[in-house]
This record gives sequence, C-alpha cells and structure tokens, in this order.
Amino acid sequence: MLRKIMLSLLLSTLPVGAAVAQTTPAPQPAADEVDEVVRFDVAEVRKVAVPAFVSPTSTNTIAGNTDALARQIAEVISANLRNSGLFEPIGPAGLRAITLAEVTAPQFDYWQGRNADQLIEGFIRAGADGNLTVGCYLYDLGTSQEVTRLGFIVPPREWRRAAHKCADAIYSKLTGEMPFFDSRIAYIAESGPKNRRVKRLAIMDSDGANHRFLTSGATTALTPRFSPNYKSILYLSYEDGNPRIYVYDLESGRQRLITASKNPTFAPRWSPDGKTILYSMAVGGNTDVYKISVEGGTPVRLTTAPGIDVGGSFSPDGSRIVFESDRGGNQQIYVMNADGSNQKRISFGAGRHATPEWSPRGDLIAFTRIAGDFRVGVMSPDGSGERMLTDSWQDEAPTWAPNGRVIQFFRTEKNSGKTSIWQVDLTGRNERKLPTVGDGSDPAWGPVLP
Amino acid sequence: MNTKVKTLALVLVASTALAACGQKKVDNIPPTADGTDYGNGGQTIPDSNDGRILPGSQEDFLATVGMNGDRVFFDTDKFNIDAADQATLQAQAQWLAQYPNKRILIEGHCDERGTRDYNLALGERRANAAKNYLASLGIDASRISTVSHGKEKPAATGSNPEAWALNRRAVTITIM
Repeated sequence: MLRKIMLSLLLSTLPVGAAVAQTTPAPQPAADEVDEVVRFDVAEVRKVAVPAFVSPTSTNTIAGNTDALARQIAEVISANLRNSGLFEPIGPAGLRAITLAEVTAPQFDYWQGRNADQLIEGFIRAGADGNLTVGCYLYDLGTSQEVTRLGFIVPPREWRRAAHKCADAIYSKLTGEMPFFDSRIAYIAESGPKNRRVKRLAIMDSDGANHRFLTSGATTALTPRFSPNYKSILYLSYEDGNPRIYVYDLESGRQRLITASKNPTFAPRWSPDGKTILYSMAVGGNTDVYKISVEGGTPVRLTTAPGIDVGGSFSPDGSRIVFESDRGGNQQIYVMNADGSNQKRISFGAGRHATPEWSPRGDLIAFTRIAGDFRVGVMSPDGSGERMLTDSWQDEAPTWAPNGRVIQFFRTEKNSGKTSIWQVDLTGRNERKLPTVGDGSDPAWGPVLP
Repeated sequence: MNTKVKTLALVLVASTALAACGQKKVDNIPPTADGTDYGNGGQTIPDSNDGRILPGSQEDFLATVGMNGDRVFFDTDKFNIDAADQATLQAQAQWLAQYPNKRILIEGHCDERGTRDYNLALGERRANAAKNYLASLGIDASRISTVSHGKEKPAATGSNPEAWALNRRAVTITIM
C-alpha cells in the first residue's frame, strides 16, 4: 500500500536536509495552487532534467539496494514522461550525481546550463519498519522556483508506484491534465500461429512492468476489464466450451460466471461504480445488451431490436450507455439511457463504427471505424466532431487512459495475424507500441490507483 | 468471389460423392487449419479401422457429405442460407436422418475483417441460421447445439478475399 506524506515533516527527520526543510513552507493542497499550474500546449515538448535520486543511507531491501533504487526511480520517471510524448527528459544517464542538500536547494545555475526547462530531484531511504520513503521535488529552471513536492511511503516491492506517483504529479502540474501513470492494464497475451492462437488473460502496470499471466492458455480468454477497485476482472473465457463471461477475483484467483444462463455472454463492462455489469447475450442467435447486478439476480434486457446489439460502455456518471448495433443495416454507434430508454444513433460518418468506449472525462467516445481498414477515432457523445487518431491496416478496440487524454488499442498485422498493443494521444501524435510479453490484444486500462 | 467458393464446394460435393476421389486437391483452396473445426475442407478424408469407415462416425459423416460438405459459407456480414448452403445442409440432414442418435455441434465463424465482439454475435447468427435450416428439414433441434468462435479460429490464414470467404462459415461436427 502506498501512503502519501508531507515532505516538510519528513525531511526534518533527515540529518542533512533538516535545516533546509525548516525554512521551506509545507506544500499546499493542489486545489489551492491552481494559479501556479504551468499550462502549455500539448504540442510543446518540455525538457526536464532528471538526475538519479539520492540514497543518503545505502540499505539493502527485498527490491534491491536503495542506491540502485534511487537511480531506477529516476529512470521510471524519465521513461513515463518521455512516453507521454509531452516531455523530453534528460537523464538520469549522463547527468551528475546530486547530494541530499541539493534536493531542497538545487544548484539552479548548473542546471540552467544543461538546456532544461524543469528539474526533478528526489531521495529514497529505507525506514526501520522496512518501508521506503521517497520524496520528489519539481523545480522550474526559468524562475528558479519550486513548483511542487511530494512524499510517499511504500513497501519495497511497490517502489515503482512511488516513481509513477512522482511522474503523475509532475505531468499534472506541467500539463494541467489529470494523472494516469500509476495505473494498470489488463490484456490478452497472445502467442502461436494464426489458426491456433493461444490467448491468456494477463495484467501489467501502465508501463508494462510487473507483468503477470492469470490464465494458462488452455482455453481462449478474451476482452478483459478491470473492476474500478482493481479487485477483480471481467473477461470472456471458453472454459466450458462456450463463450461466457466470468468475474476473476485477483486475490483468490477464483472465478465465477456472471449469470446462470446457458446462453453465450460476451463484451463485458463495469459500471463506473463497479456495482453493475453490462454485457451482451445471444439467445437463439440474436444478440442484445443486458445488465446485471454484480451480486447476481435478474438480468435487465436493454435492447430488443432484431439486429445485433452488442458491446457498449457507461458514461462516467453512469446515466447513459453507448453501444453498437446493426439494426440500421450495418454496425453503427448508438447511445441510450442506462435503463434502455431513448436509443439514438450517433455515428453517421463514412464506413461502419464499432467498439464505442466512453471517455472517463465524459467528453468523447472512442471507437473503431471500419472503412476498408480499421482505424481508431473519437467523436463527441452527440456524434459530432468525428476524427481519426490512427491509420493502419487493422487498429481495433480503444481503451481510455484514466485521464481521458491517451488511448490504447491493438493492432493486427496482415497475414501473420500477430497483434500488439499501441498507445496514441488525443492529438493523434505520440503513437508508440507498448512492451508486452509476446503479442498482445484487447487492452483495458484501469483507473489511477489510490 | 464468394459465390465462386460455394459453387466450387458444390462441385466437389458432387465429385466426391460420385467418384470418392477425395484426394483431389484444388489449388485455390488453402488447407484447413488442423485442430480448429475438424472439418475436411481441402483435405483428404482420413482412413481409419484398416481403411473401413465406421458407420455413423465423424469420418463417415465427412465421407458422406463430401469435400466441404460439413460447412456452409456466408457473404460479408451476412448469415442467410442461400441455395448452395441449402444443398449442403440437405446432405447433412440426410445423414442425420440415417443416424437419429447422433448429435451435432455447429460452429459459427467469421473472417478477420470484423471487430471481435460483433464477430462473436455474427458467428452466433450463422451457427443458428444453419441450425434453423436443419430443423426446418425435420432434424430435431434438441440434437443440435451451437457455438460461436467469432474470428478466433480461421480455417484459412491469409489476409485476402479468398481466405476471408473460406472463414465466413458454419461447420457441422458430429458428437457422441
């Protein structure tokens, strides 16, 4: 478990930083500092110097020595910022080591000569209880002022989360956007030839670290979704020979079916409060959208059109559902109230529109457009402003970063059928492939961890 | 192009039934993936039991319905049973009438040019369309189960219209 702490108090317990800390005012809650936020256009790339953190007392932990962790934390922060596409980090490689005193009193003259706009410094130390304390500080080199500071106490095995939290705070301060690095991704790990593909449920951190397989691959797994509290995963498995949705409990490793129905169920989604499961079910060949309480009970049928009604996701306030239907002749995107009323088509652009996914910010719906090739795009919930973010042979199934600024999807290669997970931001720029263990598809991004 | 595949399948059904020359390969049909649908598309009919085929077995079913006679093909995004499909399913129904204790599983499949969830739904429609047609021919619906594999189990692995036409299919497999 990661715990946030006040750094001014923390540093006073350190022998070297004590004097400095006492002269530094305690950090204010972010809400009180709105006018201090440095906002800039996302097209502008900021140069940030990230020297290795300081480890004042070299200590061995189960995650390695604090001297090594001090450098690795800076590496994770640097990689997060670089991968967002909005920063050009410098270091920790090639930058000089800093002292603990510098963490709170940086040598602005020196760093201003390193061609950087911002400076991130920090420290790590192991406490008597075995937990790690990580502090990070952001300075603006233009004004020689501190922008923000954060402190965290984490068990050694969760050290990366402290790095993600630091990177998140810096990203938020400098872009004005909500954080997203400290989050996890569920996906389907793929291997094997195209006609005998092995598909396993897997999870990883948002940067690909801490990868874990959850199923063996003996039966095909598809379309996972993390619950909002990260305690369980909804996904489709052919475990009993038929496509059916299960809830997989991460702590126990056990799973259960979401309905007692013998009909095939697929395309599962959580409601934002985690209390309701949205899914599709085929009865006698006809697929409709249903919802059911996570506790079980009687499912509620939401669509009755004679076409295929499938998929969907809740608006962030839970009041509406976006889904796809071919009732008008081919796959298009529709919006309805959460009780199934007021069903309206919203996609009218060229081609078919599929796999709609409501942004956690509520302002956009991501989708797959099928017009020859498959491309990922976004539109407003009223269907206006449709624009494409990717251009490839087959890009499919967008999932939103928790801040609604970045989208992941999977890309399939022509002929080989090999799949990979990609990320792109809302400008359509900064497209990059995620590191996965083997091939990957069906990414599902979870919320920011508490 | 899709019509061509169906016509070809019909010709093959006829020729295997008449001449039992299942070994005859047709160049433009890619080999069926092994281990996916257990069909006989483009493959020779396996010999078993010293060359004799047990009456009522899956091998017997495949030998009787002939090359590609275990499957019907669909147009893009469609699930209707056309004349060629009807002929194929009629041959299957004859065999099923001969072995009233046999049950079947119909697998619905799609090509890769559809999104995953929609293809699961479309595969359901295709499998049920084949089931309903067999039922209309007098086969008890309780003998027929269905499963959709969406785009997960392609029979032909290319990314071209010919492969996609072969993958938009409903395949009948005998069980028990």
